[in-house]
Amino acid sequence: MVDGVWRVGFAARFFMMTLLGSGDSFRRFGLTIREIYFTGVLSLIIILVSGLFVGMVLGLQGYETLQKYGSESALGSLVALSLVRELGPVLAALLFASRAGSAITAEIGLMKATEQLAAMEMMAVDPISRVVAPRFWAGVISMPLLAAMFSAIGVFGGYLVGVVFIGVDEGSFWSQMQSAVDFRQDIVNGIIKSAVFGVAVTAIALFEGYDAPPTAEGVSHATTRTVVTSALAVLGLDFILTAFMFRGI
Amino acid sequence: MPSENLVEISDLTFAYGKNAILKGINMSMPRGKVVAVMGLSGCGKTTTLRLIGGSLKPTTGSVKVAGKEVSALDREGLYLMRRKMGMLFQFGALFTDLSVFENVAFQMREQTDLPESVIRDLVLMKLHAVGLRGAQNLMPAELSGGMARRVALARAVALDPMLIMYDEPFAGLDPISLSVIGNLIRRLNDALGATSIVVTHDIQESLKIVDYVYFMAEGVVVAEGAPDEIKASKLPFVHQFVWGDIDGPVSFHYPSPSYRQDLRLGAGA
Repeated sequence: MVDGVWRVGFAARFFMMTLLGSGDSFRRFGLTIREIYFTGVLSLIIILVSGLFVGMVLGLQGYETLQKYGSESALGSLVALSLVRELGPVLAALLFASRAGSAITAEIGLMKATEQLAAMEMMAVDPISRVVAPRFWAGVISMPLLAAMFSAIGVFGGYLVGVVFIGVDEGSFWSQMQSAVDFRQDIVNGIIKSAVFGVAVTAIALFEGYDAPPTAEGVSHATTRTVVTSALAVLGLDFILTAFMFRGI
Repeated sequence: MPSENLVEISDLTFAYGKNAILKGINMSMPRGKVVAVMGLSGCGKTTTLRLIGGSLKPTTGSVKVAGKEVSALDREGLYLMRRKMGMLFQFGALFTDLSVFENVAFQMREQTDLPESVIRDLVLMKLHAVGLRGAQNLMPAELSGGMARRVALARAVALDPMLIMYDEPFAGLDPISLSVIGNLIRRLNDALGATSIVVTHDIQESLKIVDYVYFMAEGVVVAEGAPDEIKASKLPFVHQFVWGDIDGPVSFHYPSPSYRQDLRLGAGA
């Protein structure tokens, strides 16, 4: 219990130190760009492939259900709203946690285990500013972009299955989508959600790596904890954000 | 006028919780000298180094570097002091995502406004000093243990520090690399006019290159002196350590119950 409280306190302090040490991430934006490549660009393949399949499944399942009520023309709005409001931000965040989050934890954990962070400290270079903060901001910037791409390719997947393979009318597919999706209510809220998930997943991944015992077993446990904790945090935060955004609680 | 000693340690104690690591040690490291701190694994050598570098704070006692109490420095003061220090970690601690060149250039780029052309020349000079100018484009994963240690040495002296600390610089090296690193420690110290502290348990190599030796055991300094005095020491612990005797105050066996009792060979067996 005491250890748990201590750890939460340490995590909060670590998060504050990351925010306070963020100056270099913007003054030397090249550091952040480099990390955006590793966390964002290298996650693109898994995000795009998953998004395509999720959209295709939505197209299939949506059509099966809607046709029972003679509403297959609403397929476009169903696919788009599902992706933009929920599946895009949530699934992209879960995939991001598995691909980039685990990689960040392992990298920071190994840097600690091999004394690279201690060496940096001894060179009077703050590892929080130089190593942690650029990765944090890279995650925060990458996550909404990845979620947007997930949703976009998902819509394309739904179009492929619904319009090209099944034969739903193309005009009604796009026009229903255009009239149903509200920019402020759906797209902006989706972006806010994914930004919050980006903060949560990246902060968890960085903290777990920084706090990992400097052993092979310690890094392995930290990596597992990153994926599990991030997944729970994303799903919990999604419920809270959805309640505020779409139900007006 | 600056003190004759660059590092002064007085009545230093340190504990992790209730586990006392250092139990009141006193040491002085004179300017321009190479000083070895020796002892068995776990005797508090590396902890002493970390206290000098300000990574740990003493429980009681004092560590002064260039006349300044290390534990009293704020973060900015500590970083200012560390800019005049170099440290070689046990396995080099090279940044694995940077090339040899970038590793040596790291501190110059982070802490100076030197133009890139000057940084390039300085890095090549440091790498030349450790014989690895030709390896500037290699990544750390492509280096042998001895080469990695030499690159780390070049990185540690990148900004010409006044104090260079070595944490087990000879661990895991073949005899040639060991001799090369030993020579480099001495040569770089003399060329830079620095002071060096070598934490090691490699007695034969270090006695060739150091000016003074502190022997530690169980958190206290048990012996000290010039290398010749240490070699001639009649103290049982020092003699056992220097000559590698199996019998002596350091027991081969970890403390354990009676062998007969553990094997259940009692009278009734």
